[in-house]
Amino acid sequence: MFESLSLLTLQQYWFMIVSLLGALLVFLMFVQGGQTLIFQLGKTETEKKILINSLGRKWEFTFTTLVTFGGAFFASFPLFYSTSFGGAYWVWIAILFCFIIQAVSYEFRSKPNNFLGQKTYEIFLFINGALGTILIGAAVSTFFTGSQFSIQKANLAEYANPVISQWQGPAHGLEAVLNWHNVALGLAVFFLARILGTLYFMNTVDDKNILGRAKRQLLINAGPFLVFFLAYVIALILSKGFAVDPSSGMVTMEDFKYLHNLLAMPLVLILFLLGVLLVLWGIIRPLWKFDQCASKGIWFAGIGTVLTVFSLFLLAGFNNTAYYPSTYDLQSSLTIMNSSSSHYTLTAMSYVSLLVPFVLAYIWYAWWSLNRKKIDAAEMESDEHAY
Amino acid sequence: MILNIDPAVVDWSRAQFALTAIYHWLFVPLTLGLSFLVAIMETLYVKTGDPEWKRITKFWMTLFGINFAIGVATGIILEFEFGTNWSNYSWFVGDIFGAPLAIEGIMAFFLESTFIAIMFFGWNKVSKKFHLASSWLTAIGANLSALWILVANSWMQYPVGMKFNPETARNEMQNFWDVLFSPVAVHKFLHTISAGYVTAAIFILGISAWFLLKKRETGLARKSILVAAIFGLITSLFLAITGDGSAFTVAQKQPMKLAAMEGLYKGQRSNGLVLFGIPQPGKKAGDGQNNFALKVEIPGMLSILGYRNVNAFVPGVEDLLNGGFKPEFQNVSPAETETALPISEKIVRGKLAITAFGDLKKARKAGDEVAAAKADSAMKSNFAYFGYGYLKTPEEALPNVPLTFYSFRSMVILGFYFILLFILVLYFHSKNQLQDKRWLLRLMLWTIPLVYLAGQAGWIVAELGRQPWVIQDLLPTRAAVSMIETASVQITFVLFAVLFTALLIAEVMIMTKQIKLGPKDGGTK
Ligand code: HDD
Ligand code: HEM
Ligand code: HEM
Repeated sequence: MFESLSLLTLQQYWFMIVSLLGALLVFLMFVQGGQTLIFQLGKTETEKKILINSLGRKWEFTFTTLVTFGGAFFASFPLFYSTSFGGAYWVWIAILFCFIIQAVSYEFRSKPNNFLGQKTYEIFLFINGALGTILIGAAVSTFFTGSQFSIQKANLAEYANPVISQWQGPAHGLEAVLNWHNVALGLAVFFLARILGTLYFMNTVDDKNILGRAKRQLLINAGPFLVFFLAYVIALILSKGFAVDPSSGMVTMEDFKYLHNLLAMPLVLILFLLGVLLVLWGIIRPLWKFDQCASKGIWFAGIGTVLTVFSLFLLAGFNNTAYYPSTYDLQSSLTIMNSSSSHYTLTAMSYVSLLVPFVLAYIWYAWWSLNRKKIDAAEMESDEHAY
Repeated sequence: MILNIDPAVVDWSRAQFALTAIYHWLFVPLTLGLSFLVAIMETLYVKTGDPEWKRITKFWMTLFGINFAIGVATGIILEFEFGTNWSNYSWFVGDIFGAPLAIEGIMAFFLESTFIAIMFFGWNKVSKKFHLASSWLTAIGANLSALWILVANSWMQYPVGMKFNPETARNEMQNFWDVLFSPVAVHKFLHTISAGYVTAAIFILGISAWFLLKKRETGLARKSILVAAIFGLITSLFLAITGDGSAFTVAQKQPMKLAAMEGLYKGQRSNGLVLFGIPQPGKKAGDGQNNFALKVEIPGMLSILGYRNVNAFVPGVEDLLNGGFKPEFQNVSPAETETALPISEKIVRGKLAITAFGDLKKARKAGDEVAAAKADSAMKSNFAYFGYGYLKTPEEALPNVPLTFYSFRSMVILGFYFILLFILVLYFHSKNQLQDKRWLLRLMLWTIPLVYLAGQAGWIVAELGRQPWVIQDLLPTRAAVSMIETASVQITFVLFAVLFTALLIAEVMIMTKQIKLGPKDGGTK
């Protein structure tokens, strides 16, 4: 079945899968956003416990999605994996750090004799939520703003230094946060995650005090989110982009490239606008009709987030665009054509991708079984495995 | 900018990878085994309806959860380290290596992390049957994680099913099934998961023994011991069998590693197996010193184990270094049994391959098809030695012999000791005398650290025994690294060392506390 597809089709298929995983990841970062709100929404020990437990049943999905996103990117576009991770070393290491400390915190936080103390694990969760989201946003933004690296496949013949991908900045990735565009996207992701976290709590928690505070948080975070997001999008539409000539593979700078991409791919434009509208709707409805709509906001905003992020990825990589551009040497920029795995591997992986709907189905079923009842204080008393 | 790769960055990257892999492997084996043991115990609960089994299940499940969390925390860093610290590797073999990693995420990690949530939070929310199914699915998910990563690792020991493409400067997959079902992969997978099962069995034995020593929870302890000892005996026998299978594949595919495992410098026909031995300290290849200060040997045994033939010639380190013997490998093409080249010659051939690759690139760029064809054929005929071209001296191709030797001996001796222990435990259990044999109970408790030692030793054999190769014969560590400053890797090494050590201390403290608290009276709920 997949064997007969052209290499380009497979590359596009895999870029869409990776984009979808990235989009799901941003949605699932409601866990991270929620973690930054624990102190603000939970004033008593019990309230904090409710919040942490409602997140504690979901954090694994976010984490696993991140891991799978990495694995899928490695398998389908290995040159990105080696160039970006090996070059922008410090950004990725910082991101990994944020996730390592998260992974133990839920399980260890409230266990007796936990060495670092409950507070430390709560701070770990906060760091993961704040720094993790901002850095991931900033790293993704370099898909549009570019980085400083060179790629020379012939280097393999250099005995003294056979490294193919070489980073050209001494900061090894930290320079990404010196660019205001990248920071703006990072902050937009951060505030979006907090909004999604709030909406998630409204959906799963049954506690008057918490919900009252949550409503206020929604308003507080919506403002900065809109400012950073709109600033980013406007700057993006006005900016130059990295265009690829499909026949020669030459990369050149093109004015309004991303605007052109939107216009050239009307479907992406529609997905993008629909996504943004859904996010806004998810925020506005609960603000204005709280009792009826609070618990549904997460679905609108969540689906909206997935559509928006997905279309942003497509904007970066489709329509003859270099998705991981090099500002140091334009011709080193990565495109879905020059960075992918072979036809054989992409085909084999495509068969594996047929499992994805099945995976989504059992995840859905499992969540549904666990979430039939909202989390409240009484459950925290009775559940022995509560975090 | 750095112009040359600093050898220190290679060493620090290796140290960092070793550190993080060792930490990951402290937690993973217990997850692999305990997940099954918990599922077995829960099955007993569902079958018998005895609430005592539910208490037992929940007790071990709590410990499982604590261990699982830190296993996940240490795993994520390993995955991304291939990119961050071995970037050249990630391109050179990413076309083959990336796939198992991605499949692992899609197939295994989601399964595990979805159903583990039901295991922990579903007791009062889903039916008994569904809960039980979730426990089994978690165990299967954990074991599938092991499958795919071990397939990837085996491929690095024995790269099959691929072809070098000079156009893209990388190896490309030709046959997925060759990668999945290579003999190295099959043995490695079976051996490693059974190591996990044995680890968990001994963990349960040891903690249960502690309860018996303290005369607490004796019912729980006796029931757990019975399940764990039976499971442990079966899996430890299987471990020995698959260990023999692994050693056979090593002999066939990585003769240098085998020579190091055996401390063998000069091979012979009908080679003996060293049962106990002390390698001569300071021994170097070719210095004429005796390789053992002391040894006890079974004649002919190594030839039998490694070649399934008592007369077979087993090459030692010096034979491999100097070449000139005829390998007697089984099931290989005639080309592979040609008289072995000395490593110095392999280095020359490797350099020819690498230079030809460079020439090919230049010729293609210049559009000179004649030169390109010539370079291409030079590259192809020398490609088997590609990685040797990056070595400076033949001695670089030798692993650390004493370390590999001692690690291998420790693992094997411990493996037989575990079998004996399970038999003893079952014997005294059946006679109902276990609680009176305090020496045995203490021994069970003190075996817990030993099983971890055996597992780590196994990886040291596997990974240090194949030095300097990341991909056997194709890519040495020196050509695999990322080009980053040594200082960066030193900093991250220290960061990981501190963080993981802190988390390990926390884990051990929490575990011991939970064990001391004992099971909660959750049976009735
Ligand atoms: C509880 C741990 C444990 C125990 C008791 C044993 N092993 Fe083991 N062994 C492992 C845990 C392990 C491991 C950690 O799972 C390794 C590391 C890499 C691998 O494939 O499995 C391993 C590797 C490994 C290798 C190297 C494979 C390679 O380099 O690719 C050989 C030859 C053996 N083992 C042989 C044995 C034999 C003959 C044993 C006798 C009973 C034995 N092992 C017991
Ligand atoms: C370099 C090699 C390895 C890499 C890159 C790696 C990667 C990972 C990652 C990313 C996770 C976290 C998964 C999650 O999000 O849930 C993980 C967990 C896990 N890994 Fe590894 N792993 C490696 C070696 C191994 C080995 C050798 C085994 C077993 C034989 C193994 C078995 C597991 C299991 C069972 C888990 C589940 C969590 C746990 O057990 O604590 N891994 N690994
Ligand atoms: C989890 C159990 C594992 C342990 C304890 C372990 C142990 C080690 C050690 C000690 C080293 C350092 C060897 C040296 O540099 O001299 C190493 C290197 C390495 N291992 Fe493993 N390993 C494990 C699993 C794996 C797996 C499953 C893979 C591949 C999928 C893998 C791939 C590598 C690579 C790429 C290196 C670096 C290159 C090298 O130094 O050889 N390891 N490992």
